[in-house]
Amino acid sequence: MIDLDEFAVAVGGEGPVTISGLGTRGGPVPGVRCVHAPAGIEWVQADEMIVSCGAATPVDELVAALAEHGQTIALPSGGTVGGALAVGRSDIRRLGYGPVRDVLLQARYVSAAGEIVKAGGPTVKNVSGFDVCRLLVGSHGTLGFLGDVILRSRPLPQASQWFTCGSDDPYDVFAALYKPISVLWNGSTLWALLEGHPADIAEQAAATGLSPTDGPPLLPTGSRRSVPPAMLTTLGGKFVAEVGVGIVHHAEPQAAGAVSVERTVALSAAVRHEFDPTGRLNPGLDV
Amino acid sequence: MNDALVAALRAELSTDRVRTGTTELGLYGRDASNIQGSAGIVCFPVTTAEVQACVNAAVRHGVPFVARGSGTGLAGGATPLDRALVIALTKMDKVLSVDTVNRFAWVEPGVLNLDLTRQVTKYGLHFAPDPSSQQSCSIGGNVANNSGGPHCLSDGVTAAHILAMEVVLSDGSVVNLGGEQPEPDGLDLRGAFVGSEGMFGIATKVCVRLTQNAPAVRTMLMDFGTVEAGAQTVSAIIADGMVPAALEMMDQLCVQAVEAYIHAGLPVDAAAVLLVEVAGLPHGLEADVVRIVEIGKAHGAGTVRIAQDEAERALLWKGRKTAFGAIARIKPNYYLHDTVVPRRKLPEVLREVYAICTRHNILVMNVFHAGDGNLHPLLVFDKREPGVMERVHAAGEEIVRASVAAGGVLSGEHGIGLEKRDFMPLMFAPADLAAQAALRRAFEPTGLANPSKVLPSAAACGDVQHVPEGAWV
Repeated sequence: MIDLDEFAVAVGGEGPVTISGLGTRGGPVPGVRCVHAPAGIEWVQADEMIVSCGAATPVDELVAALAEHGQTIALPSGGTVGGALAVGRSDIRRLGYGPVRDVLLQARYVSAAGEIVKAGGPTVKNVSGFDVCRLLVGSHGTLGFLGDVILRSRPLPQASQWFTCGSDDPYDVFAALYKPISVLWNGSTLWALLEGHPADIAEQAAATGLSPTDGPPLLPTGSRRSVPPAMLTTLGGKFVAEVGVGIVHHAEPQAAGAVSVERTVALSAAVRHEFDPTGRLNPGLDV
Repeated sequence: MNDALVAALRAELSTDRVRTGTTELGLYGRDASNIQGSAGIVCFPVTTAEVQACVNAAVRHGVPFVARGSGTGLAGGATPLDRALVIALTKMDKVLSVDTVNRFAWVEPGVLNLDLTRQVTKYGLHFAPDPSSQQSCSIGGNVANNSGGPHCLSDGVTAAHILAMEVVLSDGSVVNLGGEQPEPDGLDLRGAFVGSEGMFGIATKVCVRLTQNAPAVRTMLMDFGTVEAGAQTVSAIIADGMVPAALEMMDQLCVQAVEAYIHAGLPVDAAAVLLVEVAGLPHGLEADVVRIVEIGKAHGAGTVRIAQDEAERALLWKGRKTAFGAIARIKPNYYLHDTVVPRRKLPEVLREVYAICTRHNILVMNVFHAGDGNLHPLLVFDKREPGVMERVHAAGEEIVRASVAAGGVLSGEHGIGLEKRDFMPLMFAPADLAAQAALRRAFEPTGLANPSKVLPSAAACGDVQHVPEGAWV
């Protein structure tokens, strides 16, 4: 087990504090004392489909280590494991691999009081107590700073191939594919990532008129939007949308969104207040 | 008694949906666990507004309230204590909408798990979590318990299939948690609510993800000379990079009971039987079947029976899903446990389970989700035997302790409820429990929503502590 004592002492129990990994997802809160979580892979257990590592372990290092055991993981590449979990944004394989929040099985984090706290457990099936793990994913470090984690891995596929075709309506192909890993659409062209047995991939592609291609399209970087998936056919402008998911990579920045419902905001604030009464963890960060 | 509360409820709901008769209070005074509680009033709201009215009335009168679906829970999570108000959601049982293109549905909490799947089968879809009680358990109950089932191995537990909820909080307000969009703003309150065992609020609408039906399915049965060989086969299949749709195991006593009940031609002489199901596209499926049979044979599998048609597949699954009914042929009572251990620890923990039960002179059969390491030791007994309950509880406690000591967890799918509340410190330190209590307080500051469950007393100050007879404390 990774020793978190030093990290807990660094976080302490008083005064504003922020955390940084590799700074790829926004970096630390400026002007605030900054701490770093432990890094390093503790173990990989392919027969349990789990892996344990320090939160500051780079995702790409974890992916490479898992590959040696025939496994992979549903985390977006780049940055650290802790950063990927704290931000909670999936990558374009979400349709097949699931969201980031389903990856975290157990976390040990340092609380606002400077204590080491464990959430969850090391097994996929676990309903022992409330699900603090899922709450931590996407909380941007405002409820606690991740120290080390146990994550769910998945076997590497036997084969993996991107395909493409012209498409005015992505739903014909989407409906005909069985559990594709990704289906992307820009209004006129569709891309699909298929994984599994090579013969199944070939038959699926042939049945839906897909041709092999080198990879996914470049994703516009103006904004990354989360919309109900039914809205994808109403989009305008230059975009690449994740069909069946509802993530839209748009060339334009996102206009200010509708104001969230007051009571939900108040509930989020109540949770934050319970976990960090003085607002010292990543102060000022709006989740 | 709560005459004022009864009057307040009857003013909001129709009289016939607020019940205080002895029969109703008896029926709703417990769930499917062995724990007897006490209901004060049972009401049956049919709309979100009526649920709000029930919650508001209970809180105004300072009376605890317990949300209840079909009452199939096995850990006492829906067992009311101290004459609580039971809010039964069984009449809110409509599928509200189905988006067959993007594959999700909005449903009321009282919709039964299998009914939902039946209603969307025509679109080639199903609701993936499939507890063995799926014919009778409700979606609201699945949400409250974060329920599992045989097919969680490949598809994940309930939390992975809930996109959004409408929830009534104890202050009477209605909030929407999560959303149809993949990454709603703010904290993942949806994720925190799933599995909160009715202690955070009451879900009145649920948006569930629907899963594509597999184009092809193969179900096979392998038998083994030892339980260990079966368990090692399970680990070896996963280690080989396959994730079957289900990997279920039954030991000899269980197979014999089931065979006597359903006459499926099960191998009654084998020490253990492994039910393996693979689902997906045909080429990958056939390759998996070949590899799984090879792995089974390498671990000493005797016969391998591959279901030849849907009828035979249904029969094999019937054997698995009716195991609990079949044991009534052996003894009149049973106590079903639920712990999870790392798959690689299955052989040693199973040995330990048999040793514990031998030591306490209790008959045990094992029927479980082997692929998830999710053990279900079934202690069978006749409660009329003097002193037998003490032995059942003592053996149960040792099984839970052995599972946690092996690196496992207290519960895989039944929840903590009252049954395992006081075992929480086996897994969690005081600071860990304090964080869970803090989360509960944020959602539910009154402490009236299903009090005294999940968190042991030191962590749940504010809740009235009262554990009835039958709970293990």
